[in-house]
Amino acid sequence: MNAFNVFSKGIIRENPVLRLLLGFCPVLAVTTTAVNGVGMGLATLFVLFWSNIVISLISSFIPDKVRIPCFIVVIATFVTIVDLLIRAFFPELNKSLGIFIPLIVVNCIILGRAEAFASKNGLFYSILDALGMGLGFTLSLVILSSIREILGNWSIFGISIVSDQIPPILLFVLPPGAFLTLGLMIATVVVIEKRGKVANGGAQDERNLGCDGRCDLCK
Amino acid sequence: MKEILAVMVGAIFVNNVVLAQFLGICPVIGVSKKISTAVGMGFGVTFVMSLATPITYILYYTVLVPFQMEFMITVIFILVIASLVQIVELVMKKVSKPLYSALGIYLPLITTNCSILGVALLVIQHNYSFVTALVFGFCSALGFSLAIIIFAGIREKLEEADIPGAFAGVPITFITAAILSLAFMGFSGLV
Repeated sequence: MNAFNVFSKGIIRENPVLRLLLGFCPVLAVTTTAVNGVGMGLATLFVLFWSNIVISLISSFIPDKVRIPCFIVVIATFVTIVDLLIRAFFPELNKSLGIFIPLIVVNCIILGRAEAFASKNGLFYSILDALGMGLGFTLSLVILSSIREILGNWSIFGISIVSDQIPPILLFVLPPGAFLTLGLMIATVVVIEKRGKVANGGAQDERNLGCDGRCDLCK
Repeated sequence: MKEILAVMVGAIFVNNVVLAQFLGICPVIGVSKKISTAVGMGFGVTFVMSLATPITYILYYTVLVPFQMEFMITVIFILVIASLVQIVELVMKKVSKPLYSALGIYLPLITTNCSILGVALLVIQHNYSFVTALVFGFCSALGFSLAIIIFAGIREKLEEADIPGAFAGVPITFITAAILSLAFMGFSGLV
């Protein structure tokens, strides 16, 4: 296993949102502004980072039958920590992310990585995996929230970029805009993927979902 | 009575858990290929959510608040929901075989359905009374079922449609969700 490969796969090749299609709820719900997108991405990265560390350290002591409840307790602990930290230091962010901070606990990316990667690999690789997956998640949140904020509010990170004379396309900051933008983004990724395959002479899709095809983990 | 009615209409149509609050998107995308499975999932969620909301509510106000442990809310709620799903599965297996064979396969998926935990947390956040919480839990679940069943109906028709290659599968599902969510926005003046 190549260290750089483990780190980089989560960012583009196995991007959790755009390629593995995991963890849609926070992605759709909080991406009305780019700041929210970054906040949610980093909060998830924090939880993923620490839960991967702890789970890779303790997984050898946990009986196989109760591993999922144990993972959930570990994840819930770090979610509580991040919830309290955000409440204390970023009250504005806390208001706009609302219940989606405690809901990080049911984000399938985190449980998915714990089950598929951290419980089977050493500390070093688990940290790299968490950083890669977390950054990939943050990246897709930032792209989606930037598109929505630019079109729906004519601004980016709260800075206005188009004169107020032209009314923004309000739809994009409303719920339908979230579904529409994410649908178009995934379609774009599919197109890029197909082009890449043609360029590679139609090589086999070697995407590894990392969950042994156990779809019940994610639904 | 008026307040209860407003909560009911709000939970089912105006603030639909799936289409307006983005809770439980994964099962809606994953288990909505056929109407029959969508109905199963809808009933499963209705069953668990109607039980989980009052139980977490009672636990919060009789244990967490008196002992000043409100910060434990996430850990406790997710554990309660996970064990509740297990208990429901065991009881169902013993008591009613037909019900178990109909809903059994959906139950394990419901633990990680964020709408259950989400609704339990929303009830606490809104400071609802116990009766309102009961109604809110049940009606949110109805809203979920409504969304997933409508969705499955549309997807069954889409199977036969000629979709551009890039949109086949998940992307077209999201575009459908966008249109459906736009339609549900029409209810927004109701409450």
